[in-house]
Amino acid sequence: MAFYEHVVVTRPDISPQQVDALVEDITKIVTERKGKVSKTEYWGLRNLAYPIKKSRKAHYSLLNIDAPGDAIHELERRHRINEDVLRFLTVKVDKLSEEPSPVIARKDRDDRKRRDDDGGFGGGFGGGGGFGGGRDRGDRPPRDFGDRPPRGPRPDRGDR
Amino acid sequence: MAQLKINMANLPSRRPFGRRRKVCPFSGANAPPLDYKDVKLLQRYVSEKGKIVPARITAVSAKKQRLLGQAIKRARQLALLPYVVK
Repeated sequence: MAFYEHVVVTRPDISPQQVDALVEDITKIVTERKGKVSKTEYWGLRNLAYPIKKSRKAHYSLLNIDAPGDAIHELERRHRINEDVLRFLTVKVDKLSEEPSPVIARKDRDDRKRRDDDGGFGGGFGGGGGFGGGRDRGDRPPRDFGDRPPRGPRPDRGDR
Repeated sequence: MAQLKINMANLPSRRPFGRRRKVCPFSGANAPPLDYKDVKLLQRYVSEKGKIVPARITAVSAKKQRLLGQAIKRARQLALLPYVVK
């Protein structure tokens, strides 16, 4: 049998109890097919990075599954039918981790202290293009390279 | 080989500013595993518009960049990360 991580994203207007019921259903399908669910996590009602079917939020659940492939197949078939399921993702992994996933771990930490995140890369280079911008061909707007951060120094490629 | 390296480093035109080569943040002993669930970590390798930042800027090794790209794409499917920020 193989190890899978399974994430289900469900509609925000169902109750957490219904999410639990769904997770229970999944567990049942898996155990019926001689698999087992070693861990379940409920990440709560999270904001989506982009709207899915007009929803801006959704319930996230994670299941660690050790089951044969046909159990996963059946599971995904049902998810496609179930209207409460917005998205799902099954990833085959070499090993299932027993620790709480980064999402949960992060939430616990955030509750204690609010750390602000450094912006990371891609510093606002805003508005690179726009030189000349269409003398003859007025149709095409100037391309925007604004997103691309400065190239920075070329990495040292050693001696060749 | 080693002799050559020292000579190259000593050449003034070779490196005008003492900029050190950054090392891959995902290689080495206690490097974080690349996981599509770790949104905070992945966010650092995504530009403000949501694009994956090239490895030449972030100094991620080629192998890890492939895994990073895969993790970011998985996170996008689950709406943990945006495809595009307008």
